[in-house]
Amino acid sequence: MTTLTDPPKEQFRLSMLLYDTRYRSATIQVIAMICFMLMAAWLISNTAQNLAALGKPIDFGFFSEPASYDINQRLLDYSSRDTHLRAAFIGLLNTLVVAVLGCITATILGVIIGVLRLSNNWIVARLMTFYVEGFRNVPVLLWIVFIMAILIETLPAPRAFRGDNATASMMLGDSVAVTNRGVYVPEALFSNSLGNIHLFGESSLRFDISLDLMLILIVLGGGLWVANLLRKRADRIQEQTGDRPVTWWQRLAVVVIPTGLVLVLLGFHFGYPELKGFNFQGGTHLRNSLIALWLALSLYTAAFIAEIVRAGILAISKGQTEAASALGLRSNKIMSLVILPQALRVIIPPLISNYLNLTKNSSLAIAVGYMDITGTLGGITMNQTGRELETILLLMLVYLTISLSISAVMNWYNESVKLKER
Amino acid sequence: MSDIGFVRTEMLPEREPPASTTGALGWARANLFSNWFNSILTLASLYAIYAILSAILPWVFSPTWNGTSLNNCREILTAAGSVGDHGTSGACWGVIRERWIQLLFGFYPSELYWRPILAFVLLAVALAPVLFADKVPSKMLIFSGLYPFIFPWLLWGGTIWGPVAALGGFVIGWVVYSAASKTMSSLMGILLGAAAALVWWFVLSGYFVGALDSILPIGIEAVESRKFGGFMLSITIGVVAIACSLPLGIVLALGRQSDLMIVKYICVGFIEFIRGVPLITLLFVASTLLNIFMPPGTNFDIILRVLIMVTLFAAAYMAEVIRGGLAALPKGQYEGADSLGLNYWQAQRLIIMPQALKISIPGIVSTFIGVFKDTTLVSIIGLLDPLGLSNAIRADANWNGVVWELYGFIALLFFVFCFGMSRYSMYLERKLHTGHR
Repeated sequence: MTTLTDPPKEQFRLSMLLYDTRYRSATIQVIAMICFMLMAAWLISNTAQNLAALGKPIDFGFFSEPASYDINQRLLDYSSRDTHLRAAFIGLLNTLVVAVLGCITATILGVIIGVLRLSNNWIVARLMTFYVEGFRNVPVLLWIVFIMAILIETLPAPRAFRGDNATASMMLGDSVAVTNRGVYVPEALFSNSLGNIHLFGESSLRFDISLDLMLILIVLGGGLWVANLLRKRADRIQEQTGDRPVTWWQRLAVVVIPTGLVLVLLGFHFGYPELKGFNFQGGTHLRNSLIALWLALSLYTAAFIAEIVRAGILAISKGQTEAASALGLRSNKIMSLVILPQALRVIIPPLISNYLNLTKNSSLAIAVGYMDITGTLGGITMNQTGRELETILLLMLVYLTISLSISAVMNWYNESVKLKER
Repeated sequence: MSDIGFVRTEMLPEREPPASTTGALGWARANLFSNWFNSILTLASLYAIYAILSAILPWVFSPTWNGTSLNNCREILTAAGSVGDHGTSGACWGVIRERWIQLLFGFYPSELYWRPILAFVLLAVALAPVLFADKVPSKMLIFSGLYPFIFPWLLWGGTIWGPVAALGGFVIGWVVYSAASKTMSSLMGILLGAAAALVWWFVLSGYFVGALDSILPIGIEAVESRKFGGFMLSITIGVVAIACSLPLGIVLALGRQSDLMIVKYICVGFIEFIRGVPLITLLFVASTLLNIFMPPGTNFDIILRVLIMVTLFAAAYMAEVIRGGLAALPKGQYEGADSLGLNYWQAQRLIIMPQALKISIPGIVSTFIGVFKDTTLVSIIGLLDPLGLSNAIRADANWNGVVWELYGFIALLFFVFCFGMSRYSMYLERKLHTGHR
C-alpha cells in the first residue's frame, strides 16, 4: 500500500525574489521605490545644503511684503503698495483672462477655417491651407512678437485722431479707438448701480463682485432655463401629436424682455472713450500686450483646431450622411443629429489638449510685457525677492492646477458625449 | 401590328460636352462659382489675396540689398522714389545680407563654421537609415549609433577622448550585462550593467580621459557654449532633445503601461507633471534652480542645463506618443509573443517595439517639430537663438528699428524646416498606412 506523501513543500529561498515571477515584480517595485526615494533624498539634501550656503531657507514671508511694481492691465484694483500675493493673484486672473478669450476665439476661428478647408470652392480651400500651414509651422513666440510689432508700428498714434484734419478716425460710430497704445472700447456703466459685494475684506485676495452683473446673469440664466422648458414642451407636443407648435418668438421673448427690463432699470449705458489731452480717456483700455498675445494665441491655435475639425468631419463616413438623408432628415438636422455628435467624439480629446497648450503658451506673455502669472510671480517678484525656489515651484503648481482642472472638466464632458457601449 | 415609324440602326457619334462644363470656364463654374454663396466666397478671397499681395509685394521688392544701415536703406528708397504716407516704404534687406550668417551660426568662430555644417550633414547621413529605411542599407545604422558621440565633439570640440570615454561606458555596461545575464538572471544583468556604466562615467572616465589626453592629445579647438547661437543653437537643442528623449520616452511609456503599481505611478506622475507646466517654467528651472538641485559647487553650462530640461520636456510628450503606438497594436501581438514563450524584454525588443515605433514615427516627427519651434523660448532666458539674436542685432545703432525683415527671415527659415518635416511625416503616414488595416 502506498502512502500519500505531501507534495514537497516549496521553501522560500532568497533567490526566488529574482527568479520566481511571483516575487520578481515585487522585487523590481521595491528597487524602483528605493531608487526613487534615494533620488528624491539626494535632490532635497542638495537643495537644503545649497540654500543653507546661500543663507535663504525656504520662506514664503515675502508674499506679505509690498510688491512695489505696477501692473497696468488688470481686472481688479491694485497699486504698487499692494503685496506680492496680490500681484500674483492679479497675474493669475490675467492668465485666466487671456486663456479664456484665446480659447473662445481660437475655437470659433478654427471651426470656420476647418470647415472652409473642406469647401468645394477651390480658392477658399487653398487659402485656408495656406493659413493653416503658415501658422502651424512658425513658432508661436515669433507670432506674438510679430503681432506686437504690427500693433505698435502700423497703428495710428492717439494724436492722429486729433484736430480737424485727423488722419485716423474711431470705428463703429465713434465708439472704438484703435491706436498704437492699445484699443479703447466702450465700458458698461450703470446709473442705478446696486454696488458691489466685497469679498475677503482688505486681504490680498480681496475681490469685488458687481451685483449688477450678477443680477443680469441670473435673469439671463432664468430666461434661458424657461426657454429650454418651452422647447422641451414643444418636443413633447410634437411626439404626442406630430405637430410642433411655433415657439421661437416665445423663447426669444422670455430671454430678451426680462434681461432688457433689468438693463433699463439699472440704467445701463456705455461709457465711450474720448480723446483728452494726449490720450484717450474713459472706456476700457485693452493694451497692446493683451491684444497681441490674444490675437497670436488665437490665430496660432486656430490653425491646429482647424486641422482637428477637418479630421473630425472627414472621420465620419459618407454613408452616415446618405443614410440620414434616406431617412428624410433635412441637411441642418443631418448636421446636428447625425454628423456633429459623432464628429465631436473625434474632435474633443485633441481639442482639450489644444486648450491646454493655449493656456500654457499664454505664459509667453512675458515676451511682450503682459503681466500674467509668469510675468508677476515668475518675473518681477522672483527678481525682486530673489526667492527662485519658492516662486518657480509655486508657479509650476499654479499651472499644474489650471491644466489638471481643464483636463478634468473636459474629460467629464468627453465622458458625457462618449459612445455608451456595453 | 402597329408600325414603328423610326428605329435608329446606327450609333450616334459622341457629342462634345457642353462648353460650359469643360475647359477653364467649366472648371471655374464647378470649383469657384457653383452657387451664389461660393461666388461671394470666391470674390471675397480674391479681394483678400489682392489686398495682402498689394500691401506686401512692393515692400518685399525693394532695392535695398546693399544697404549698410537703416538710414542708408531709407536714402536708397527715397532715391528710388518709393515714399509712402509714413516715410519710406520698403524693406531694408541690407540687414539680412550683413547678418544672415550670424542668424545661422550666432557667434561661433567663423573659421570653424565647417564643424557645425559637417555635423548637420553627418546628421542627415545618420538619420537616412532611420527615415528612409527601405532605400538605404541597414549597415548604416552602425554609423547612426556612433553619431551621438560625434555630434557633440564636432560642435563643442575639445579632446576626442571625452566622447570615446562616454562610448566606453556603454560598451562596459553591455559587456557586464551580457556576462552577468549568462551566469545570473537577466534582471541582475541589467542592474549590474547599469551600475558598471554609471561607475565608469562618474568615477573612472575622468582619469581615463586625463591620462589618454596627456599621452595622445588628439583633439580639435574647443568652442564655448556661449558662442552658440542662431539656427545652429535651435537645431542643436531640437536634435539633442529628441535623440535623448526617445529612449527616455520609451522607458516612460513602458512604465506607464506596466502592471507594476509603483513604477506606473512614478511614470504617470512625471509625465503629467511635465505636460501640465509650460516649457518656460522648466527653462526658468534650468536657468535658476538646476544648480540649486545639484551637489554644492556644481556649476555647469547654461546650454547643457537647457538641454536637460528640454529633453525631460520632450520625453514626456514622446512617452505619450509611444504610448499611443503601443495602444494601437492589436492585443494579438502581445498574446502571440507570450505564446512563443518570449519574456517581457524579448517580446518588447522583437515584437512590440519595432511595430509600435513604426506606428508612432509621424507622432515623433510632430513632437520634434513642436520642440524645434519651442526652442525659440530660450531667448526669454537670454540665450541667443534667432529671436534673441534679432534683439541683439537691433541693439546695433545701424540697424536700430529693423523689425519686419528680421522676423520675416526667421519665420521663413522656421517655416521651411517645419513644413519640410511635416510633409515628410505625411509621406510616412501614407507609406505606413498600406501595411496596417
